[in-house]
Amino acid sequence: MHKLVETIRALRHELDGRSLFFATIATLLLAAAIVVGSRNLFDFDSALIGYCFASLFAAFGLVYRYSVWLSKPPTRKYWHRGWQLCFSPRLWKNLRSPRILAEAVTRKIVVQDFIWYRSPQRWLGHFLIAVGCVLAAAITFPLVFGWVHFEQGQIEPTITYIVYVLGFPVRELDVKGAEAWVALHGLIIASFLVIPGVMLAMYRRMVDQGAAAVQRFGRDLLPLILLFAVAFTGLLLWVSYEFLHGYFYSALAQLHAWTVIGTLIYLPFGKLFHIFQRPASLGISYYKAANADKEPAQCPVTKQGFAPKMQTDDLKEVLAELEFDYSGKTDADPAWNEVSPRGRRILIGRAYSKMRHGKFD
Amino acid sequence: MIAPFKEFFIDFQRCIGCQACVAGCAECHTHRGSPMIHVDKVDPAVSPQTVPMLCMHCKVPTCAMVCPADAIKQDENGIVHSSLKPRCISCSNCELACPFGVPIVDQKKQQMQKCDMCFDRTSAGKKPMCATVCPTGALFYGTMEEMKRLRPHSKPINKWRFGKQLVETRVWVMVPLDVEEMVVDWPELLKGVEGPVDFAMKLKERFQLEGFVDPESNEPLPFNMVNDTKDTEAQFL
Repeated sequence: MHKLVETIRALRHELDGRSLFFATIATLLLAAAIVVGSRNLFDFDSALIGYCFASLFAAFGLVYRYSVWLSKPPTRKYWHRGWQLCFSPRLWKNLRSPRILAEAVTRKIVVQDFIWYRSPQRWLGHFLIAVGCVLAAAITFPLVFGWVHFEQGQIEPTITYIVYVLGFPVRELDVKGAEAWVALHGLIIASFLVIPGVMLAMYRRMVDQGAAAVQRFGRDLLPLILLFAVAFTGLLLWVSYEFLHGYFYSALAQLHAWTVIGTLIYLPFGKLFHIFQRPASLGISYYKAANADKEPAQCPVTKQGFAPKMQTDDLKEVLAELEFDYSGKTDADPAWNEVSPRGRRILIGRAYSKMRHGKFD
Repeated sequence: MIAPFKEFFIDFQRCIGCQACVAGCAECHTHRGSPMIHVDKVDPAVSPQTVPMLCMHCKVPTCAMVCPADAIKQDENGIVHSSLKPRCISCSNCELACPFGVPIVDQKKQQMQKCDMCFDRTSAGKKPMCATVCPTGALFYGTMEEMKRLRPHSKPINKWRFGKQLVETRVWVMVPLDVEEMVVDWPELLKGVEGPVDFAMKLKERFQLEGFVDPESNEPLPFNMVNDTKDTEAQFL
């Protein structure tokens, strides 16, 4: 008992109060949205309760981690700058701001061309996983939260299902029709995207010696194994009901549920957090666009522009916040980060030469 | 199984600027094809001095601290790695903050890469590429005892002072026996010494005067002697 109290005390010390507050608010909001969206749990599918609690936990963890991450001085700086520049009147001339956003979203979030430049194979693997996961999430979460459910429609002349969104009937699907096939097989399609994607990623991790050298089980392999487990056990369910008359279905459903719950719980801790972190990089697009036409900072050594002036200034503030002091002797001197990287290396050479009094022994 | 890591030593005075390390570095599997080591000419107008610079693997890495994406991680061996690929957003903060000017950001790949002491090799008990190919021993990977035995007239230190900032590194630098820390007093160093750009401008003027360079087009004239120079200076011409 005494130990437990001590652990709780230690945890209280370690946890960030502000982030706990935001995470709690977010979790409560999601819970409220589930209750309201499922019409006071009337449409809630109690078979999915495990998924629901795992989602609430994931929401708590994700918001907590995001908030802690945002409290890091450089992150906070870019976060504020991103929003500030997004709404800056200068960038709204000729609607430049929405154009920057549209381009950045297309390139960074949708197409992910930067991964293509890292390697086309890598891009293909990641793209398959990303599309599969987005599709699966778009289907699963509304069902889990009771926001979407199906009801039996007419029986004669053809059987139909009625799709209810937030309790309102929005569409009647012919069960034998193409539209219903797609709607009811969405998760299977997602598996057929995720599994080849995971295979490509696993293959790369086996044969790429650089990746093999630096990868870690928990960081790099576990998320792939989890995604594979979710997709594969999901497919087993389909095989069971489609080809084996539901053989072993309930046990398989349990197995699938546990893989999904495990992945949801893992979401805030591991590599998959980048799904939520990555969109913040849109702020960098604004930062770059806003500084593209401005005079860059000049290096006192190479006498050339090397970085946006705004960035070297921001960096000075961030370094000070982090208790680094790379300032010059007087205010007139440039700070060390106001010398270009090449200039810094040259000056280190000069410092060495000075230390050896210009002679080498 | 990860092999025990040894120590890395840089002896700047031994560098002859041959760039073998640059070629070797590009062989590292974690950044295939692009060298991460820098070899710069310091004051080409007055000295043949060159300075090889690789990641010094700071004990408190400034690059990691200023990374907004939390993408730069130091492992339990003290090696500071290239940015984690899912996180790096290529903001260049690391490039601009590193006191040694080491990280290289590829804007197209949205990724920062840097020397990771050839993690693919060192984790398997081999030497880093640059230390393997360096013909003069300016870059050396081995134990502290080996180094002390081989270079009794120098001593390894790992403390750098940039103005008021003290930086401790995992990589050692060889200095005279009476020196305790590498002091980089840049306001002083900036005074009076010609930079490569000043030197390049002077060269250009001289070449123009002597008729090697066409003053109009800035193109070298035929039968000149600068045609085959691919030096740092020539890049500025």
